[in-house]
Amino acid sequence: MRVALFLTCVNDTLYPDTGRAMVKLLTRLGVEVDFPMAQTCCGQAHYNTGYRHEAEPLARHFSDVFGEYEAIVTPSGSCGAMVRELYPRMGERARAEGRGGSLATAVASVVPKTYELTEFLVDVLDVTDVGAYYPHRVTYHPTCHGLRGLGLGDRPRRLLEAVRGLELAELPGAEECCGFGGTFALKNPDVSAAMGTDKVRNAESTGAEVLCAADNSCLMHIGGTMARLRTGMRPVHIAEILASTEEEPAS
Amino acid sequence: MSGTFVGMPAFPAAAHEAVRNPTLRGNLRHATHTIRAKRAKAVAELADWAELREAGRRIKDHTLRHLDRYLVQLEEAVTAAGGTVHWAADADEANRIVAGLVKATGETEVVKVKSMATQEIGLNEALLEEGIHAYETDLAELIVQLGDDRPSHILVPAIHRNRGEIREIFTREMREWGRPAPEGLTDTPAELAEAARLHLREKFLRAKVGISGANFMVAETGTLVVVESEGNGRMCLTLPETLISVVGIEKVVPTWRDLEVFLQTLPRSSTAERMNPYTSMWTGTTDAETADGPRVFHLVLLDNGRTDTLADDVGRQALRCIRCSACLNVCPVYERAGGHAYGSVYPGPIGAILSPQLRGTASEIDASLPYASSLCGACYEVCPVAIDIPEVLVHLRERVVQGGPVTREGNKAVLKPAKGHAAERAAMRAALWALTRPGALRTGQRLVSRTRRFHPRTLPGPGRAWSDSRDLPPVPAEPFRDWWRRTNGGRDTK
Ligand code: SF4
Repeated sequence: MRVALFLTCVNDTLYPDTGRAMVKLLTRLGVEVDFPMAQTCCGQAHYNTGYRHEAEPLARHFSDVFGEYEAIVTPSGSCGAMVRELYPRMGERARAEGRGGSLATAVASVVPKTYELTEFLVDVLDVTDVGAYYPHRVTYHPTCHGLRGLGLGDRPRRLLEAVRGLELAELPGAEECCGFGGTFALKNPDVSAAMGTDKVRNAESTGAEVLCAADNSCLMHIGGTMARLRTGMRPVHIAEILASTEEEPAS
Repeated sequence: MSGTFVGMPAFPAAAHEAVRNPTLRGNLRHATHTIRAKRAKAVAELADWAELREAGRRIKDHTLRHLDRYLVQLEEAVTAAGGTVHWAADADEANRIVAGLVKATGETEVVKVKSMATQEIGLNEALLEEGIHAYETDLAELIVQLGDDRPSHILVPAIHRNRGEIREIFTREMREWGRPAPEGLTDTPAELAEAARLHLREKFLRAKVGISGANFMVAETGTLVVVESEGNGRMCLTLPETLISVVGIEKVVPTWRDLEVFLQTLPRSSTAERMNPYTSMWTGTTDAETADGPRVFHLVLLDNGRTDTLADDVGRQALRCIRCSACLNVCPVYERAGGHAYGSVYPGPIGAILSPQLRGTASEIDASLPYASSLCGACYEVCPVAIDIPEVLVHLRERVVQGGPVTREGNKAVLKPAKGHAAERAAMRAALWALTRPGALRTGQRLVSRTRRFHPRTLPGPGRAWSDSRDLPPVPAEPFRDWWRRTNGGRDTK
């Protein structure tokens, strides 16, 4: 199976380790991974800040770049939800505004084939034990768009539970938003920081060394708060845990 | 909407104060978390919750689509049952009508059932200007009124107050308004409730005029419905001779049968009860000899921005709201910011989408409300009529930053983009330029990587808000795409 890695602009620029972990993990599971160089950004920041018209060319570009692949896999619940949930809506809005159905047609070529990583592993590859080894105490934060947008359910947890050496600690208030929310963190800094602090304090209470999530944007906010509060915990993307093995352990 | 809120600062500034108030945050956190857990349990009891939610959504959508027809039907039914219907285009008109009706009775005191619509139009203040005192009879609303405060929650207007504060308000204020608080009042819930009961009983027995809202209006029979927990509503609806109900036009449902759905979803969503303790229904007037209930009944149908909201094909879903307040109780932003920060009687997620539609986005607070959310989606998940609040928030953000077609006071207009977003717009356009050109993106990434040693740990401009409370992530030496190219997709190195 040949799949396209949709790494997202944030991962590409700031978290290349997550991308490398995805390549390592998927290759280990017998998947042929391609990284279409022309990919840029799904347009979520534009869309969610109110710049829907600016997001449209990005949805079109995404569809052009990824349209030919059998499957598109991304390590971001929120970018995954952007494609799956919001691209069809954008297509419909464009049609309703009398701008024709071409955007709707374009996105139809990618929407059903786009998977968030844990979804792809569990639903498409049908694995929960990916042969990973990660000897740390970990707590898992389900990010909002993965949880409520994509409906990831317990897939990430099932994957983590199958990791050898990993001790999973229950996160109190797990389903509460961490307060990132893209531009929300800039426009409402006080509320965002208060939410982040509560999330970090809850994580601390578990005694875990690592807070794991399936989205680096939320991890950036949570990790930045952890560092500022000097908790000693660190944020790690789930791909990096699942890619970690006894031979090549992730830190 | 109510003049009480004019001059409110924009949401972030108002929230700034609230976030720093530990008592407020503690009160809110405790209250919302308790009710949140109870609601989840009450909802989980029903095997057909998803169907009920969908049915509620459909009934409301259908009604809104044919609102004109159902309102006329309602008017006919109410009139046939002995009531009088008045139409109010905005808050001023509604207040004028109600004040006129009260004056015509010769009374200067009225008792009120808690009602969002009358708060929305600032009725109490308007009546006071005409020399009429309106007494709130809902316990929480009474606390707010006595404390000269504003409600901060739809269902529990005094959610931001704790027991100690309430005791203090009762002791200080009740005397001014009627029967004083008992000597040596403590802050146990039972004693506080008893003090309120005694205070209110006098009002009920004296009042000749009652003012209410309604949760639903049934078009086929002209019946109005109020659901409540304390029984004060029932007293206001049955004791006074004259009843004036002020109700938003979106509250109509076509048939009696439709109530079945909402009388299940509303209590479970709001108070986590299986049924409301009191469900009062009244149809027109009753004959003085035979029964309880008003001998004179007036229904004031309030528009106040609702028809304009209805004209918007994305935003109109906000009119499905049955004011259960479930979205407030799960909202992490509401929990930290408190209800007052939203600057209207509709706080929380529903307020963030309703107020900027009813009032327009011209004021600073209204333009800031669509951003008062991290788009986490918890509100949508719990909403018993499936209002996609995040969708409407993003739609309204678009209206704020890009302008677009709107309907105001029945006229179509094209809104200009709000001021103060020029820098953001430019940044978004520049980002778009780079993001539709992979080469340009790559150059930008490289620049970021090469200069990484010089990156400050705190950011200038709007970015400061970020680095004030969080550390920035270090920039990696090489973006992923460069690694991919250099190593041929990881095949060439170990
Ligand atoms: S928007 Fe939905 S959840 Fe919120 S108050 Fe209205 S009906 Fe309840």
